[in-house]
Amino acid sequence: MSTEKLELFEVFIRSKRGLDHRHIGSLHAEDHEQALEYARDCYTRRSEGVSLWVVKSGDIVASQEDDSESFYDPSDDKPYRHATYYKLPDEVNNM
Amino acid sequence: MPDNADNNLTLQYAVRLGDDALILGHRISEWCRNGPFLEEDIALSNSALDYIGRARMFYGYAAELSGGKKTEDDFAYLRDCREYQNLLISELPKGDFAWTMARQLIMDVYYLNFLSALSESVDPNLAAIAAKAVKETKYHLRRSTDWVLRLGDGTEESHARLQKAFDEIWGYIPEIFELDELEQQLVDKGVAVNTPELQARWQEEIRGILTEATIEMPEVSWTVRGGRSGYHTEHLGHLLSELQYMQRTYPGLQW
Repeated sequence: MSTEKLELFEVFIRSKRGLDHRHIGSLHAEDHEQALEYARDCYTRRSEGVSLWVVKSGDIVASQEDDSESFYDPSDDKPYRHATYYKLPDEVNNM
Repeated sequence: MPDNADNNLTLQYAVRLGDDALILGHRISEWCRNGPFLEEDIALSNSALDYIGRARMFYGYAAELSGGKKTEDDFAYLRDCREYQNLLISELPKGDFAWTMARQLIMDVYYLNFLSALSESVDPNLAAIAAKAVKETKYHLRRSTDWVLRLGDGTEESHARLQKAFDEIWGYIPEIFELDELEQQLVDKGVAVNTPELQARWQEEIRGILTEATIEMPEVSWTVRGGRSGYHTEHLGHLLSELQYMQRTYPGLQW
């Protein structure tokens, strides 16, 4: 048997409560249920997390290389969108 | 405080539970790098390690009861077939993938019931080992149930292979639920699990899963037993020759 007929899944793991799920890798499985089991076996054997998500890779809509000009370039000349652009008055110690 | 005679009985009991775990774990480990695909290969190897870890806990406790005369390695590497007391079902060759999963389902349902009962043993060490092992067993059972449903209710070929596997294994099941004199004595003291009491529940749980998997419960017309008294199938010797090779070839070898 090969993995040709199996679906590809992306695995996300929450390493501890309060943190976000983070992409950790991908795997092959027949369906979601099996993908969750393999995620447990492939990615959580060393107490890496408290919660797992599996998502079919095909269900992820990703931006393309061609999009970068229209997606990201327009913010290059707008430094005022970053908090570091602003000088804080001394009275504000920590923000 | 238990006296020496009791200690010795418990030691033997711990060793045979270790034997069950080590031999079955070794069989599962034979899938390592032979799994049907990478993810399943990793999952099977994980299960094998769970069993080998369990064997170490039982042997370690037996070594403790021996008062330092034995080590866990003595039990694993320096005993021959006749001294091994594992259930015969554990030593049967791994067969094809369906065969392995059929045996795992049988053993996982058994172990979940067995370990839950052992976790209430009056012996605190056995109870603690069981309480630890029961968690991984729940996961093993989830996996084997999943595969039996997939294969049984899958293609014509997977169904046929799985049915054949259950038909071939079935006669090895009665031995699991029998008590010999050693275990009977320990059951009377509240140390060992009264396995015959587990059979009805095991039967019902297996029936539920097999029905859903469209697999027929085989009718037992033959049974084989003997593992608990050291009478094994011809397969155990070959398994041990591989398992014990390093210690037999280089006695006293350390990692």
